[in-house]
Amino acid sequence: MFDAILPLLLAGCALAVLHKRENGYDLLLEGAAEGFEVMKRILPSLIVLLSSISMLRASGFLDAMAALLGPIVKLAGIPPETLLLLLIRPLSGSGALAVGAELIQTHGPDSLVGRTAAVMLGSTETTFYTISVYFGSCGIQKTRYAVPAALTADLVGFLAASWTVRWMMQ
Amino acid sequence: MIMNYFWCLCVILSVLFAMISGQVGGITTSFMEGATAAVTLAITMAGPLCLWSGLGNLMEKLSITDYPTALLRPVLYKLFPSTRYDPGISRAISANVCANLLGLGNAATPMGIRAVSKLVNPAKPYTATDEMCRLVVMNTASIQLLPTTVAAVRAGAGCRNPLDILPCVWISSLLSVSAGLLAAELLRRIWTDV
Repeated sequence: MFDAILPLLLAGCALAVLHKRENGYDLLLEGAAEGFEVMKRILPSLIVLLSSISMLRASGFLDAMAALLGPIVKLAGIPPETLLLLLIRPLSGSGALAVGAELIQTHGPDSLVGRTAAVMLGSTETTFYTISVYFGSCGIQKTRYAVPAALTADLVGFLAASWTVRWMMQ
Repeated sequence: MIMNYFWCLCVILSVLFAMISGQVGGITTSFMEGATAAVTLAITMAGPLCLWSGLGNLMEKLSITDYPTALLRPVLYKLFPSTRYDPGISRAISANVCANLLGLGNAATPMGIRAVSKLVNPAKPYTATDEMCRLVVMNTASIQLLPTTVAAVRAGAGCRNPLDILPCVWISSLLSVSAGLLAAELLRRIWTDV
């Protein structure tokens, strides 16, 4: 069923382009150029971060951490391998992308860990960055309950990602 | 700044652990291998990522996203009462939600900032209002219909059906946004305006 989503979306877009008499090709190029800019902007941090995560894995630290703290998150149904992703997700977008991508490549995109990491990345955001940008740009200093409420959302997102993948996909 | 400490911590922990387990040589290779892996990742995901953001731009400019946003309008009215009096706020919030749904984070941020600046309470310009907190929670909880970046990573890793995680992403997003808004509603009573 989900192999049909993209084809249907594409066909719908093509029909809408013809119906509204817009230049869809130019719009595609414009957006693709923007995507490429994003890629260029995150590449340096991806290189540095993946290099440090690769060291952490080679040194055995990641396995040790998963073995030590793993049982705690495992109680909540979260795969222990995703521990580092949980910690870095609210802090850094490129950091989380690097950790998530490494998990997806190491464990395989269709494995339990790979899928859980993907759903976690897709259903949460860089909480602290977002809060500081939104409030900082408007001079808000007293953020009241925004941080605890946003972190609650993150926690529930991580739990839900682990549970839905375990129950619906594996 | 956080990433500064993160990097230092990564290096120190790696070297320390490698020395304990006697694999210091592995550090040298993995340091370089990570960098190679990053470029490989970037190359494999650049294609899908560019295509997705092209498609997102197309859908946004053709206002295809007006339909899902229209469905959300009753909810947005409830969460942001100001949208009833100020069409400017309503437009900014709708555009922000709409860009988020498409996974266009870069387009969502300017709209969200515009909405927050319009929500500033002139009597207390430095204090976040309830509506601001709700908007920020909605943005930090990520409400994506199409998780484009993740789909690109999965496609890059050789996944044949990168979108098969969609139902899980939708359910998780919905639960996390609801939990965030519920927490905001409960905390609102404790954190009264100071």
